[in-house]
Amino acid sequence: MTSYMTKEVAGLDRKDIMSKAEEMSDKGYRIIQMCATSKNGITDVLYSYGKDLDMEMYKVDVPEGVSLPSITSYFWSAFIFENEIHDLFDVKFTGSVLDYKGNFFKLSTKTPWKTVAKGGE
Amino acid sequence: MGKRTIIPFGPQHPALPEPIHLDLEIEDEKVIRAVPSIGYVHRGLEKLVEKNDYQTMTYIMERVCGICSFGHSWGYCSAVEGLMDIEVPQRAEYLRTIFMELSRMHSHLLWLGLLADGMGFESLFMNCWRMRERILDIFERTTGGRVILSFTKVGGQHKDVPNDVLNDVVSILNGMKKELKCLTDVFIDDTSVRNRMIGVGILPHDETRKLGAVGPTARGSGVNNDQRSSDFGMYRDLGFEPIMDVQCDCYARCKVRVNEIYQSIGIIEKAVKGIPEGPVSVQFKGMPPVGECVVRIEQPRGEAFYYVRGNGTRYLDRARVRTPTNANIPALVKVLQGCDLNDVTMLVLTIDPCISCTER
Amino acid sequence: MATFKIGKVLLSSVFKKPSTRPYPAVEAKHTDATRGHVEIDQSRCILCGICSKKCPADAISVSKTDRTWIIQRMSCVQCGACVEACPKDCLIMKTDYTPPNVDKIVDTVVIKERAEN
Repeated sequence: MTSYMTKEVAGLDRKDIMSKAEEMSDKGYRIIQMCATSKNGITDVLYSYGKDLDMEMYKVDVPEGVSLPSITSYFWSAFIFENEIHDLFDVKFTGSVLDYKGNFFKLSTKTPWKTVAKGGE
Repeated sequence: MGKRTIIPFGPQHPALPEPIHLDLEIEDEKVIRAVPSIGYVHRGLEKLVEKNDYQTMTYIMERVCGICSFGHSWGYCSAVEGLMDIEVPQRAEYLRTIFMELSRMHSHLLWLGLLADGMGFESLFMNCWRMRERILDIFERTTGGRVILSFTKVGGQHKDVPNDVLNDVVSILNGMKKELKCLTDVFIDDTSVRNRMIGVGILPHDETRKLGAVGPTARGSGVNNDQRSSDFGMYRDLGFEPIMDVQCDCYARCKVRVNEIYQSIGIIEKAVKGIPEGPVSVQFKGMPPVGECVVRIEQPRGEAFYYVRGNGTRYLDRARVRTPTNANIPALVKVLQGCDLNDVTMLVLTIDPCISCTER
Repeated sequence: MATFKIGKVLLSSVFKKPSTRPYPAVEAKHTDATRGHVEIDQSRCILCGICSKKCPADAISVSKTDRTWIIQRMSCVQCGACVEACPKDCLIMKTDYTPPNVDKIVDTVVIKERAEN
């Protein structure tokens, strides 16, 4: 049984996102959360799947200007996380079942948490 | 074919404790679709990691929400302690468990009051909140704050609570039991209250599991993902069993929360009997190393997820909270499809929305 | 199933005194541990500025050149971070709250020069 605290995060390739989502959905897992981190222009997205008390986490690197496939066809409740990441970090998701096109989160500035790479590091 | 109209529900509404906007598409008093949108209480608290070091960030994480405040400070401190490999003393773990259960009691009493207010039953609402005042007085006496406790830090607790004060707390809670029974009997047995809740908002077992609903919203439909069954806090040593119900409607969720209040009193009693002597915090050196740590705890509303990432300096790279209401909003949207317009208030309240947690 | 089960509770509260206090006619209740407002013992302050760096609400500003310690009362959230961080223990947390006001109160304390021994 997994403990309440864990430090293991597996890496995942961008092209494997949909196949991993299908595998987790068949095994009966639910999507726990999706989290994006952006530092110095480098963005990555963390996916967490869980079933009962177990949890598995996968991290995907997102280069600048690249869009990710949406997993809402397998997990409908992921629309909340995908729209929030799009509104705050400007990571685009294609093929979403429920796409708010930037109107989910009411903000005064667009994509406030997106960072740009510092020049000459 | 009736006429379709769109009614905006919120952000300001007498039934809502916090602002959320729902666009309800209705046809002749039945709701066809509900489209949520959030962002009215967004303060951007997670971005403040860049300016505040990992110790001061505790004070900011506490203020994400007023009702679930203690849980946020425990989850965040636990995640940083896991990242830095700090072992917290046993007495601190017992104190954290006791205060988490007190926090759960006051949150459920608050929710019962809001549910009564949503039905129009004002005197029941005020009596529930009068009970809740005794728990807030306990908080002020032991930690110094009524709502925001500032009791937990990375490495343990700020100060100790002596054993005679803890025994006082148990006797106050036992003295409350008789009056609590009078109030909870109204929720369980009164005819008019039952008529508003039985058969309303059915969330079938399979849908609940697939949507990823958490907390009493899911346990009312027989889906158990109660994090207190895992090894966090002292729950395993105190013999904890989750409370479940299988009726899947608003009445089942109400019964789960009412029974959890009594269960919390039992857990606090056992914890105060078994609490060991010792220090309540531990000294440590160093900065958070490069790496990440994830912690999941059980808040009053469900499972909360905390993620921290360090980079070797005093300032963390990322601190993320995913709160239980964030996971229950898809369940709310599904439950609103096909309901009556006058049941919308009951359904929005039945998932126990805490929107300031969702938006941070 | 029954009707009007709340009757007993309602009837007894008719004969009891109210649960609320008529504040501000009566003083607000507080305990020994209540966090009310922060005060400084200016004879021990060395103007290091650690309290200003630790404050999560940016309520304290310390100026070495003017020898002043300024706190904005309405920004302070009474968390206690400055009290814990002060190396000379000159900050104390008192138990009574800052009273409500129409202006944003700023308290300035001038730290006097100490005679060198």
